[in-house]
Amino acid sequence: MIECKNLVKIYRTGDNETRALDDVSFSIADGEFVAIMGPSGSGKSTLMHMLGALDTPTSGKYFLDGKDVSKLSDDALATIRMKKIGFVFQSFNLLPRTSVLRNVMLPLIYEKVPRHEREVRAGKSLEAVGLPKNRWHHLSNQISGGQMQRVAIARALVNEPSLILADEPTGNLDTKTGEFVLQTFRKLNEEKKHTIVLITHEEEVAAWAQRTIFIRDGKIISDKKNS
Amino acid sequence: MLLQDTIFETYSAIVSNKVRTGLTILGIVIGIASVIVMVAIGNGAKQQIEENIQSIGSNLLMVRGGAQRSPGSFVRGAAGSDESLVMSDVEAIEGLDSVASVAPLSSGNYQVIGNGNNTRTSINGVTQEYSEVRNVEVEQGSFITEQQQDRLAKVAVLGPDVIEALYGEGTDAGEVVGNKVRINGIDFTVIGTTVSKGGTGFNSSDDVVYIPLSTYQQYFQGDKYLSMINIKIADQDEMESAETEIENLLLAEHGIANASSADFSIMNQGDIVETASSVTDTLTILLGAVAGISLVVGGIGIMNMMLTTVTERTREIGLRKAIGAKGADISAQFLFESATLTFIGGIVGIVLGVVVSWVVENFFGTTTMVSNFSILLSFGVSALIGIVFGYYPARRASKLNPIQALRYE
Repeated sequence: MIECKNLVKIYRTGDNETRALDDVSFSIADGEFVAIMGPSGSGKSTLMHMLGALDTPTSGKYFLDGKDVSKLSDDALATIRMKKIGFVFQSFNLLPRTSVLRNVMLPLIYEKVPRHEREVRAGKSLEAVGLPKNRWHHLSNQISGGQMQRVAIARALVNEPSLILADEPTGNLDTKTGEFVLQTFRKLNEEKKHTIVLITHEEEVAAWAQRTIFIRDGKIISDKKNS
Repeated sequence: MLLQDTIFETYSAIVSNKVRTGLTILGIVIGIASVIVMVAIGNGAKQQIEENIQSIGSNLLMVRGGAQRSPGSFVRGAAGSDESLVMSDVEAIEGLDSVASVAPLSSGNYQVIGNGNNTRTSINGVTQEYSEVRNVEVEQGSFITEQQQDRLAKVAVLGPDVIEALYGEGTDAGEVVGNKVRINGIDFTVIGTTVSKGGTGFNSSDDVVYIPLSTYQQYFQGDKYLSMINIKIADQDEMESAETEIENLLLAEHGIANASSADFSIMNQGDIVETASSVTDTLTILLGAVAGISLVVGGIGIMNMMLTTVTERTREIGLRKAIGAKGADISAQFLFESATLTFIGGIVGIVLGVVVSWVVENFFGTTTMVSNFSILLSFGVSALIGIVFGYYPARRASKLNPIQALRYE
């Protein structure tokens, strides 16, 4: 359960003041698949950083599973990210020269999960995204782009997060592979009831979600269910 | 983050950049090895000098003529420059209970010709007591006797370095005895040779010719003064009281009331060892400091590499932070990495240092002494360098903002 109340984020560079988020309020229920859409500079990345507990708002409140995370310290935010959030990035951000399995296990290292359990959980995640087992011990730079992104999704799943945040997950992929990745998200949402927030600037991508929040100039312009 | 994960991360970081890691470690290896070798050479020199001094003879007091120190000044006249010690002083000292034996000496440098070769060496006019007091051992033939002293005999005992200079290396000492050598234009018969004491450099006790004191005074010196009186004290524990006793005796003999205007000076072996030790200690510190600088330079190499690594891996650090790594996890990872580099460098450096010290000792003839202290010290210093020079890069990594780090190209 995500609840944002009057989120404001102001960036200051010298005398200039940029209102990246201007009084944004909305909520997302557990198990929803939501797209946040907007052109570049609309504030959608800033919003993603708030939702992902990478940054805190200038004012306003953000509740994640009923806990206010808008005023936490850096280390406390790191703990929130470790336990409740899974990230999928546009450029995958896998560790190079490292096996697929180890990449997926990476978040569990910081959670001090014992080695054996890590492998079991990473295996489950990889099965959930449908990556063939014969690829698990490949190095991350020896697989295709679509497979890389699915490995990244498996990594986002492995800590059983309350929220999966995907930032332009299809931006570096061709249309067909992109659709396959989006299919994976939809499947995870429908079958495993994961809460997914997808950030994108493309309407076709946003259409895969159940609901689209459109923002521009830091304000919500529209918030509607996709038909 | 569990320790085993930190170790694994460090391992993969190190093997993923073998050349750079190797070169960086090399800096530490050279630093550590040179500290160990330099300190070993310094300690070796100290040990050798101390051994040389011990070989002069134990329980030894040496009285030199005319070397008084003016009050408040450290400037001394050249030893033996004043003519003040005479045979009656020797006899007076012999009368003391604490004295075991007394060996007077007069010496100078003269040319020695023998077997068609010539060498310039120290000619020591001595009595038979000298061999006992100064631990001079005869290898072949005999030492100067009392009769030869009384008869002003023209006989000589040659040190091994002199034999080598005149008769060539590896000459059997037995062949030399009975030969004639010409010293300052006077023929002498060789009656004996001495065992090598292994002294090196100036004042070597091997590069010497002994002749009777009376002969020396008659034909070389032309007067009755002595350069030095060597005194063997009966009991080691009585060294200090004997020194005072002899000083008072000589002051009385020479009719001097004030000890500060004495026309002689007394040295004991402890003073000599102390002086030589302080010289070699300074040498060790100097060598160690020079080597220490290279260790610091090696440490800067580590810091440089770690900063490069942090910059290169900015996105990775951003990712790790995004998926839940805390600042402490990140800094521990980089600190562990730099400490591992210096740890490996330390071990390899110690091995190399010990090997080089051994090579120096066995192939270059310089005594070295690798001390456990220098090993422990350099190991400690290398670990410290890893932490000190790794701290700044690690801190920089841990302070990276995950949002900016993820965007870093």
